[in-house]
Amino acid sequence: MTEIVDPLVMNLTVFVLAIFIGYHVVWNVTPALHTPLMAVTNAVSGIIIVGAMLAAKPQEMDIGTILGLVAVTLAAINVFGGFLVTQRMLSMFKKKGK
Amino acid sequence: MSANSVSLAYLVAAVLFILTLKGLSSPTTARRGNMFGMIGMAIAVLTTLSVTHNWQYILIAIAVGGSIGALVARRIEMTAMPELVAAMHSLVGLAAVLVAMAAFNNPVAYGIALPGELLHGSNRIELFIGTFVGAITFTGSIIAFGKLSGKLSGRPLRFMGQHWLNLALGIAMLAFGIAFFLEPSWTPFLIMTAIALLLGVLLIMPIGGADMPVVVSMLNSYSGWAAAGIGFTLNNNMLIIAGSLVGSSGAILSYIMCKAMNRAFFNVILGGFGGEASVAGEEDGVQKNHRSGSADDAAFLMGNADSVIIVPGYGLAVARAQHAINEMSKVLTEKGVKVRYAIHPVAGRMPGHMNVLLAEAEVPYEQVVEMDEINNEFADTDVVLVIGANDVVNPAAKNDKSSSIYGMPILDVYKARTVLVVKRSMATGYAGLDNDLFYMDKTMMVFGDAKKVVEDVIKALA
Repeated sequence: MTEIVDPLVMNLTVFVLAIFIGYHVVWNVTPALHTPLMAVTNAVSGIIIVGAMLAAKPQEMDIGTILGLVAVTLAAINVFGGFLVTQRMLSMFKKKGK
Repeated sequence: MSANSVSLAYLVAAVLFILTLKGLSSPTTARRGNMFGMIGMAIAVLTTLSVTHNWQYILIAIAVGGSIGALVARRIEMTAMPELVAAMHSLVGLAAVLVAMAAFNNPVAYGIALPGELLHGSNRIELFIGTFVGAITFTGSIIAFGKLSGKLSGRPLRFMGQHWLNLALGIAMLAFGIAFFLEPSWTPFLIMTAIALLLGVLLIMPIGGADMPVVVSMLNSYSGWAAAGIGFTLNNNMLIIAGSLVGSSGAILSYIMCKAMNRAFFNVILGGFGGEASVAGEEDGVQKNHRSGSADDAAFLMGNADSVIIVPGYGLAVARAQHAINEMSKVLTEKGVKVRYAIHPVAGRMPGHMNVLLAEAEVPYEQVVEMDEINNEFADTDVVLVIGANDVVNPAAKNDKSSSIYGMPILDVYKARTVLVVKRSMATGYAGLDNDLFYMDKTMMVFGDAKKVVEDVIKALA
């Protein structure tokens, strides 16, 4: 096979498999932790920060890098806010027991 | 770092994100899971930082955003979690739109086009999808935030031809998307984005306050798909994996919420619940009698019971009575009464909200039981204390086919030997329905502010 597979097809492969993993992992989450689940997924979707950093990457500043820096700031709010508030909630569950 | 090492580091981060969600299967592993998530994110960010030029500016941006995030995470009240989550979804949506614009502005910097080359056809489609999902998430979440925080009315806003307008806008958006695909330039891109922003507002405005748990879950899902869409554009597998995890998580939560409210997902999206039904209870005009009692009476009944189940609703959180109720159950437990809490999936304003509110009040974890596990036990229970809940204990959901909530799973409180209901008045709940439970012979209403009533009960028990 000399033909090169389009990156779109490779991406689609990863996408579909990841949805399967997500589906199975999330059904195992105990209902009591659904709010922390939402908070932590919020933090995880802050992964868009990587895309934002790549937008801010080029050496010469232009409109694109500025948009990228704004996006980095927004995504950082999500990453830090999401993980920390999840930690705060989970520590409440931890204090459990007699 | 070489491109291969970067990709391998991203793989490690992606695996850590999967372990993060896996950890949430039990409270004992959840904290470790969250730690995995933080490590994964740190790996992803540091790896990316190593291949960027403007790292000083980027670090400043991270520091600014990070401090805001950390401050909010520390200050936020647990009752306000739904608003916080909605606000954060909007940030992801906006970030996705900005990244897409930057990618279109300079595809060479992303390595998705060679200098002087136009964007590839598949990239144009991906950019289009990532942008409109991000834009709808952005404005939709702002509206959801407004409704949840009370800055906007929780009532559904509806007008004639709404669905047709949305459909027309959707088609127009698609048309400009196709125009962008054929001829990638800013004009169709920006018009398409503007239409998507407008659609986000129009789609969420007609959805009523009662359906907000579904909407928040749905926007959670969208924010994930937006991140995955950007991952497609940048050919970044980690973004695709993380985005899909979030997307499927939000979709599953939406499904669980819809099932718990007996609502079809499309009915929620099309909106309108909780507005027009508010007069339903007045139709029969027959004067029904209820029995009311004092906090002392309630204390006497609970103090002499063998078993008590507490059914908390959002009214409990509004009255800030969580700590008081935990005090009360401690006193009862000391008297030898078996106390448990029954949680309906939609108690609170987002999935699992009530569990967090009780956890904050240090209610022991083993006393908190989910609906499916406790429903068989109501018949053997001496006293059920319903506090700040209404629709989720309405027997009409089981035996009145004409009721708008018929078929919704409820807590079988009506089977208990005695039912105590703490409420401010006889007013209806979210669904605007009268509740026959309140008029049963074995039911005693205790009117008053939830916190005040519970404190009086504690005094009477002492």
